[in-house]
Amino acid sequence: MLNTLWLIPIVPFAGFLLNGFFGKRAGKSFVTAVALAGSLGAALLGTWAVIEYNAHYHHGERHLNVVYNWFTSGNIGADIAFQLDPLSIIMLMVVTWVGFLIHLYSVGYMSHEEGYWRYFAYLNLFMAMMLILILGSSYLFMFVGWEGVGLCSYLLIGFYYDKDFAAAAGKKAFIVNRIGDFGFLVAMFLMFAYLGSVDFMKVQQAAMAGGVDSAIITAICLLLFLGATGKSAQIPLYVWLPDAMAGPTPVSALIHAATMVTAGVYMVARSNVLYRLSPIAMMVVALIGAATALFAATIGLRQNDIKKVLAYSTVSQLGFMFMGVGVGAFAAGVFHLVTHAFFKACLFLGSGSVIHAMSGEQDIRRMGGLWKKIPITAWTFLIATIAIAGFPPFAGFFSKDEILASAWSTHFFPGVGKLVYVLGTIAAFFTAFYMFRLFYLTFFGKFRGTHEQEHHVHESPATMTVPLIILAFLSIVGGFIGLPHVIGHNWLAEWMHPLIPDVEGHGPLHIAGVVEWTVMIVSALVALAGFLLARSLYRGRELAADESFERRSPAVARTLENKYYVDEFYGAAVVRPLAASSRFLWKVIDAIIDGIAAMLGFIVRGFGDLLRFFQTGNVRNYALMFFLGVVVFLFLLV
Amino acid sequence: MTSGDIVFLVPEIILTIGACALLVFPVLGKRAAAQSAKWMMIGLLAITAIAVIVSSHTVTDFAQSRLFATMFAVDSFSVFFKLIFIAAVAMVTLMSEDYFRDSRYSPWEYYSLLAFALCGMLFMASGIHLISIYVGLELMSLSSYILAGYYKSEQKSTEAAMKYFVLGTVSSAILLYGMSLIYGVCGSLNLIAIDRAMSTLITNDALMLGILLLAAGLCFKIAAAPFHVWTPDVYEGAPTPITAFLSTASKAAAIAIFARIFYVGLQHFQLDWSFVLATVAALSMIVGNLAAITQDNIKRMLAYSSIGHAGYLLLGIISMSEMGMRGVLVYTVVYLAATLGIWAAVLMLQQHEYAGEQVEDFQGLHTRSPFWAFAMVMFLLSLGGIPPTAGFIGKYYLFAAAIQSGFGWLAIIAVLMSAVSMFYYLRIVVAMYLREGKDAQVSTAGSLRFVGAACLAITLFFGILPTPLIRQVETSARWVAARAVAVPNAGR
Repeated sequence: MLNTLWLIPIVPFAGFLLNGFFGKRAGKSFVTAVALAGSLGAALLGTWAVIEYNAHYHHGERHLNVVYNWFTSGNIGADIAFQLDPLSIIMLMVVTWVGFLIHLYSVGYMSHEEGYWRYFAYLNLFMAMMLILILGSSYLFMFVGWEGVGLCSYLLIGFYYDKDFAAAAGKKAFIVNRIGDFGFLVAMFLMFAYLGSVDFMKVQQAAMAGGVDSAIITAICLLLFLGATGKSAQIPLYVWLPDAMAGPTPVSALIHAATMVTAGVYMVARSNVLYRLSPIAMMVVALIGAATALFAATIGLRQNDIKKVLAYSTVSQLGFMFMGVGVGAFAAGVFHLVTHAFFKACLFLGSGSVIHAMSGEQDIRRMGGLWKKIPITAWTFLIATIAIAGFPPFAGFFSKDEILASAWSTHFFPGVGKLVYVLGTIAAFFTAFYMFRLFYLTFFGKFRGTHEQEHHVHESPATMTVPLIILAFLSIVGGFIGLPHVIGHNWLAEWMHPLIPDVEGHGPLHIAGVVEWTVMIVSALVALAGFLLARSLYRGRELAADESFERRSPAVARTLENKYYVDEFYGAAVVRPLAASSRFLWKVIDAIIDGIAAMLGFIVRGFGDLLRFFQTGNVRNYALMFFLGVVVFLFLLV
Repeated sequence: MTSGDIVFLVPEIILTIGACALLVFPVLGKRAAAQSAKWMMIGLLAITAIAVIVSSHTVTDFAQSRLFATMFAVDSFSVFFKLIFIAAVAMVTLMSEDYFRDSRYSPWEYYSLLAFALCGMLFMASGIHLISIYVGLELMSLSSYILAGYYKSEQKSTEAAMKYFVLGTVSSAILLYGMSLIYGVCGSLNLIAIDRAMSTLITNDALMLGILLLAAGLCFKIAAAPFHVWTPDVYEGAPTPITAFLSTASKAAAIAIFARIFYVGLQHFQLDWSFVLATVAALSMIVGNLAAITQDNIKRMLAYSSIGHAGYLLLGIISMSEMGMRGVLVYTVVYLAATLGIWAAVLMLQQHEYAGEQVEDFQGLHTRSPFWAFAMVMFLLSLGGIPPTAGFIGKYYLFAAAIQSGFGWLAIIAVLMSAVSMFYYLRIVVAMYLREGKDAQVSTAGSLRFVGAACLAITLFFGILPTPLIRQVETSARWVAARAVAVPNAGR
């Protein structure tokens, strides 16, 4: 299996082809079978490969499976090659197994949808592309997957194409991501030019060998990070993710929480050598991460759409991951990526189950009192909420704690590290608060929806609840793979260790025992405080707290509700000027000239159609343009 | 010149005879159907292609094959382009069939003109002398003017032809003036002789003026800004298969002579002209891609997009290195494949009651024809330069060449504008996949489907397995660019 790694993405890709071309005619059971076989097949093959890897390699070496040489030109080139190493293995396991659970869930969730075949075809294609992204052995091949998952994400966000906002959201996602991709592409060209390759290992070796201008390394890192801010929804490119909630809920769970959006974190962790050579770039990553974590968390405080709350929460948690990789705790960032995949997938799927039960209602102001009516959903949702809020010993606690402790003790930029820690801790407090607000408003109090909705409330079928239970279980125990060293064994950090070679004498971060304990206690207290505040404000008081807040400080409430008006700002500062310049370029050339022509035409038409031929006002203007061009040429010459 | 040289001209001779035959055939017999005209044309193209291959194999040493008083060269560069031209014209021929099915216009003259244009293009590919290049260019242009106005009772078509003709002659005049200035300074019109003469010259105004006027004329032919103003009008007005011809084969021919003249003849003054052409390239990429955003008419959108692509292609010429020349060759192939495929899709929609000219006409295409929708996505991704389509490989070569030659800033504009271009390519994808479709059926015409499938195969094959193309391109590029040595950091 190790030498046929390419089979892993091919299996879901075959599923995409089968469903894409025959799914419409073949019927539902065929589509279901193919889609589940595609994702389960990838998961099983992946697991098999991991088992073989463990049998052959004991020190975290990279296993390379070159399929063929993609292109070579002179001394630079690229291979189509897959690789397996500790980081790829973690991603592979998360993506395939969580992906399979979400496929399973989708069978129930999407059963009444018209475009059932289309949905599963795209979902399988997504799996294939995501696997290329994480198994590719070079930046270039990774970029293929990177673009591919973007395309799938966009097709799935716009899945409900009868809804205009869905198509618009899809388009927004794609365009914002293109800005990030621009950064990624330029970074790759710089690697080709200055490091001579785009293969992960060769880039790493070339960078460690020294001799490359540190400004170039910084530029590469920052450009890569620009790519990451697009894909992983960080400031300033996070705006697409909340809108992406227009897509079906399992898609939000799979693509916009558990897998695709973490690609940026994966990339930074993968490039850890480059980043550690450029502390400035790391500081930017850490600060952007911290700022995003806090900023998105404050927006989450006042959102009323159940999926929007979770979307901002995802943006915020991704900020935590970047905080981790930014301060040099690469294993901690990846750790949070894993635990987040468990509890956030659980939360999204749970919200899907709630929406399903509520006949499509997404506004938490019209929910309430669902605890008894949909108990499995409620319990799993509660477990995931505890995990994300950071109560020990749930999954989120350990990963978040390791990030915060690392931020405090980072040696790259000690002062800024403390600031990052403070921002992160405040964000953690808000996280606990808005998550329990969501929980209380959804599941407690009295039912606030319509009578008809109340009549229809029902627990979801087993294909939906089984994945929920599994994910909830993982949200409880997932944290044990990375216990702090003062308590137990940090298996994950050790597993990742070979990937983080010493650079300029620096190995992985070391966290002092006293810092570890202090941070753990503070984190637990902060989570508790957030929970207690939410409990006192929302338990049994329905929406009273929100309303009184709105009365007391309407400006703050409105600003938060409108997400700091960032979309409006982008509209005024970027979108409109761009459209205007396009229209200008076109109109100067076209409309004005055509206007003159039309006027001439209008006069001329009086003389009959014969004279129509003399309507060459157009051409004369064009010829004038032409000569002006020559004149510009001559100016350039002088 | 020896009489043996004539063997190298066999493809052109066959084509000329064939073109005449197409013209007189309907006069001799009774008026035959459009179908037989098409198949005669295809046959003619096939024979020409075989002749090109055979005659190139009779050349034992390309260096010795400068024929007819060094006006005409058979080398691997020219063979590469000739085969591309023939393939592109064959695609245009196949696309045109349905256009003539119930039309008042005779297909015979149409195909004959197309063959004459192709003949001009073959001469352009082989020309190593400014006169032979110019004559080939004019043969192609004159045929194109007529073809643009082929729907003579349709005002739009006539207007397009008129505009194209007037502006085309202006550009030809400027081109000729530039050539005459170069001749005045260098004393020769043969590119190699010009190169030799220039190596002993220092910059002088007459020569610079000559080079720049020559460049201006060529920029018109490839539709680069600021000489692009004719493009949207002509592309919109001309019959769609002819628009396809103008935006692919004709543009590629102009690029071929552009590349050869600048690489072989004018390389010594790279420092002087590269900045001017860099400005043109930047302007083309910016104007073309930004103006395309607001277009609703797909023919106009593609016209602006083709202006942007002319800008990308210029990167290869400006870089003045083997890498740059490879980029030009690879990009020509991938651009032609994707663009011809898109035009085939436009024509496929034009078959039926609605025109297929507006972006809305593509709405819901994926339910009506999954094949065409999928193919369109691939073509658009290729034009946008997204892997694993061939467009990515092409862009990679061009941009990398620009960076290597020190034009990093130009490469950044190029990457940025590729990102912008996805903006409007995406509109078509949105229409196809994310909008409710109309119920009308799409054409099932076999030849269109064939063109679509062939272009799709090229776009995907060379994206996933580009090595065969790259090997070929390396040989062809070396031929022209072997002596071209980029001045280090010319762009700074």
